[in-house]
Amino acid sequence: MSLRELYQEVIVDHSQNPRNFGVLERAQYQGNGHNPLCGDRLTVFLNFKDDKVSEIKFQGSGCAISTASASMMSESLLGLTKTQIESLFDKFHKLVTSSLDGGNDSNDSGDLGKLEVFAGVGEFPARVKCATLAWHTVMSAIKGAREVAKTE
Amino acid sequence: MSFDVNKLRSQFPILATSARGRPLVYLDNAATTQKPLRVIEACQNYYLKTNANVHRGVHYLSEKATQEYEDVRKKLTKFINASSHEEIIFVRGTTEAINLIASSFGSAFLKTGDEILITAMEHHSNIVPWQLACQKAGAKLVVAPITKRGEVDVAKFKELLSQKTRLVSFVHLSNALGTLNDAQTLTRWAKEIGALVHIDCAQSVSHLPVDVQNLGCDFISFSSHKMYGPTGVGVLWGRKDILNKLPPYQGGGDMIRTVTFEKTEYADLPHKFEAGTPNIEGVIGLGAAIDFLNEVDLKNIHEYESELLKTAIMKLSKVPGLRFIGEAESRASVISFVLEGVHPHDIGTIVDQQGVAIRTGHHCAQPVMDFFEVPATCRASLGLYNTASDIDSLVEALLTVRKVFRR
Ligand SMILES: Cc1ncc(COP(=O)(O)O)c(C=O)c1O
Repeated sequence: MSLRELYQEVIVDHSQNPRNFGVLERAQYQGNGHNPLCGDRLTVFLNFKDDKVSEIKFQGSGCAISTASASMMSESLLGLTKTQIESLFDKFHKLVTSSLDGGNDSNDSGDLGKLEVFAGVGEFPARVKCATLAWHTVMSAIKGAREVAKTE
Repeated sequence: MSFDVNKLRSQFPILATSARGRPLVYLDNAATTQKPLRVIEACQNYYLKTNANVHRGVHYLSEKATQEYEDVRKKLTKFINASSHEEIIFVRGTTEAINLIASSFGSAFLKTGDEILITAMEHHSNIVPWQLACQKAGAKLVVAPITKRGEVDVAKFKELLSQKTRLVSFVHLSNALGTLNDAQTLTRWAKEIGALVHIDCAQSVSHLPVDVQNLGCDFISFSSHKMYGPTGVGVLWGRKDILNKLPPYQGGGDMIRTVTFEKTEYADLPHKFEAGTPNIEGVIGLGAAIDFLNEVDLKNIHEYESELLKTAIMKLSKVPGLRFIGEAESRASVISFVLEGVHPHDIGTIVDQQGVAIRTGHHCAQPVMDFFEVPATCRASLGLYNTASDIDSLVEALLTVRKVFRR
């Protein structure tokens, strides 16, 4: 049953038809991510207008979890400020690692909306890095870090 | 043929356990094999009855431990048909064996402009040590290409051999593609131009008889843990006259005859290359694994596994969307594949949920992945205890993968 939880309809759909897939020429922010364990590679492009994400695209190759995560993340980040992105990342991170630290639902992640479908990842410790790769990459992009974001 | 797979399976306690609530189906033998009870007991008995350091004491236990340790060297001599037990060097595994040759040979004999030839299907451990040795010496690492079927391009291999080639190193049985190279022919060509030859036998020793006289090479290396023995120990075999010319790899106890602060005289072979207290327990466990393989007989193992491999290829080829990576004419044990539209990492997770252990990833052979333009593959690899029913479980698990992805 937990397999179905991991590979929910929405996740499979986003992995097969990723949204915002492509390149933004001359993007204000760009980040590269790499998961050396499974070879996933990802580039994220962002433009901001009035301090809010106005455009976002990503490109790369990866497993279903990492592709779906990048796709759904790109939809969730539109219109957010950097601070809001950071706080959403924290919540997302808690969501996908919750069953690792004993599943404390007490500090409810909240506000994740559609991203809640990734809750099943927590049961698959080997896959947490797949789900968070796109997020790490965005964080490194908006912090202007030059180096490739790694999940390790 | 006296090959009774059920009887053999019963000697491997772990095969009766379950994974994710399902009976374990272990198809990751290229990564490491499971251990028969006698190997586990040999290691345990060493600590229960024999534990002492080797080559160092006159007391009862030390003599007994030394004898057991050295007996395994003799067993190995016979196992690979070496000329002398002095040619068997115990190391940590294939990786250390290759580092030993690359470092000792490299520092003593490799010069600017020299070349070392490898192939495009090597494991990282048969690439990086040679890169390091070449960098130090100003030598060049030359790579013989492979074909789309996953075979060494033998014409190109021959062309790349030249007077500059000092050493040739290639894999016997590829862990990424399952290709069984024609080691005898490649070796003969390399010897004709005067190069030394090392063969990476990490995968082959547990699937077919390996006879170093037959191969005609100068060095081979292999790991105990891939041949039903314990982890942390492996073997470097080298021809005595060549080993005698190589400088030591590491310095320390056991590898010396006399030491003063001015000068050290090294011990004779094989001890010259075995600095420090070795993995005594591992060597003794390896001895039990050799006994086991001798009893079952590698000819029988090869015959049984070859049939099973054919069955597996036939059954897997019926899974819609499955594409094999590596379809060499001559092959053994390893089947690499991808499923259309599904990333290997997802396949690994889904089949694991059904108790099926396969490897997904680049198999420490990133250049091979690049060549076939895939980020990773799925790899099922057979051991002597696998059955057609294991293959059925894998096929069923792969059909589930397709269902999850609505393919
Ligand atoms: C062909 C080949 N060579 C070398 C190695 C390295 O062996 P080890 O990790 O035991 O040193 C392996 C194992 O992964 C292998 O499959």
